[in-house]
Amino acid sequence: MSFITGQVTTSTGAVPQISTIWSNRDVLDTIKVRWSVGRMNYKVEPGIYAVGTPDENSNVFVTANFKLSFDHLRRALEGMNAWVLVLDTKGINVWCAAGKGTFSTKELIRQIDRVGLKNIVNHHKIIVPQLGAVGVSAHEVRQITGFSVIYGPVRADDIPAFIRAGMKATKEMRAVKFSFWDRLKLIPVELANGAYYLILIPALFIILSGLYPKGYSIDLAFHDGLRSVFILIVTYLTGCAVTPALLPWIPFRRFSLKGLLTGWLAALLLMYFHVLGQQTLEIISWFLMMGSLSSFLAMTFTGTSTFTSLSGVQKEMKTAVPVQIGMAGLGVIGWILAKFIVL
Amino acid sequence: MNGLVYLRNVVTLKLDQQKCNGCLMCTIVCPHDVFAIENKKAVIQNKDFCMECGACEKNCPENAITVRSGVGCAAGIINGLIRGTEPTCDCGSEGSTCC
Repeated sequence: MSFITGQVTTSTGAVPQISTIWSNRDVLDTIKVRWSVGRMNYKVEPGIYAVGTPDENSNVFVTANFKLSFDHLRRALEGMNAWVLVLDTKGINVWCAAGKGTFSTKELIRQIDRVGLKNIVNHHKIIVPQLGAVGVSAHEVRQITGFSVIYGPVRADDIPAFIRAGMKATKEMRAVKFSFWDRLKLIPVELANGAYYLILIPALFIILSGLYPKGYSIDLAFHDGLRSVFILIVTYLTGCAVTPALLPWIPFRRFSLKGLLTGWLAALLLMYFHVLGQQTLEIISWFLMMGSLSSFLAMTFTGTSTFTSLSGVQKEMKTAVPVQIGMAGLGVIGWILAKFIVL
Repeated sequence: MNGLVYLRNVVTLKLDQQKCNGCLMCTIVCPHDVFAIENKKAVIQNKDFCMECGACEKNCPENAITVRSGVGCAAGIINGLIRGTEPTCDCGSEGSTCC
């Protein structure tokens, strides 16, 4: 573990001491995880760690055992003497783990007990990231362990300012934002989410592209197939990258409508450059398929976004999903039929 | 919030002001500034900003807040439908999780 630099001795034994500086390896791993590489197994051992040379009066910061969460916390503690208590969240970040119930009252109580926090510090305060409140009940933790939960800022980077202000977070520090840059950082994972469909669907289009009234043509499969794949890639990027990046500036509140709009704009652009074919039926079919796909992909970004509610997404899906399925179905049928219509 | 507001009038958040003791906890844990304090009691000021995360309900010592919390995630809802469970962000099998 490159981030462990030594150890400090406490009444409960030795505690690993960690660096507040990211190594080149940490930076590289962060980039990989943002692209979804090894994301599911990017963990830190749960337990207690020391930053600097903390003593029984030092602050205790709680975090998840997703390494990206842990890294952001230790970097923010630069120059401080503090304790870091890492909960076992199965390698998931604080907010998602709190929603899933692994960053929880129960787990926090368990770790406080397991590491013997009462013997390490002589105060009764633990600083939990605010987004952990989804899974942690401060009054229950206090009742059971005697430790008072102080909710810190949403972003670890605000911790120094939070400490300087006497452990008070400003309104700004309490708010979850979702800036252009935040959204850009999340696009790689969106793109990688398609998984094996990214191979399967283009492959099907290439195979079906070979159909024509007199039978099957490999040549056609190649030329028309590649054109289809190009259109699909454009649609995929529209739904998974362009729509999320431009989210607040695209009209409509429903993500599915935002995606439909961008999908159709992309279709118009491709039609202008004659990429959607010459036949009216094929062009209409592409509009149906591109609209449906982009709409669906944009809708899945609700899970990545930071402001959609379960009730809202359910309401949106009730109308969006049947329409998306209908459009995709009609589009595929039309696209195949177009191959058998001789002009 | 510059355009980052979701659908209107769908949120299940409810506050029973009778029970509120004015402890401010809901204003602290809410990531979207939904609550305010007026006359030492909590009020819902921006209901449509609520994303139903459930932090306020969990941290209200007087049980004055209720919300049907869950993931506002289309993929999670589809997962839940397929498996016949609540909406869940467990995209893979047990142990492999994503968000």
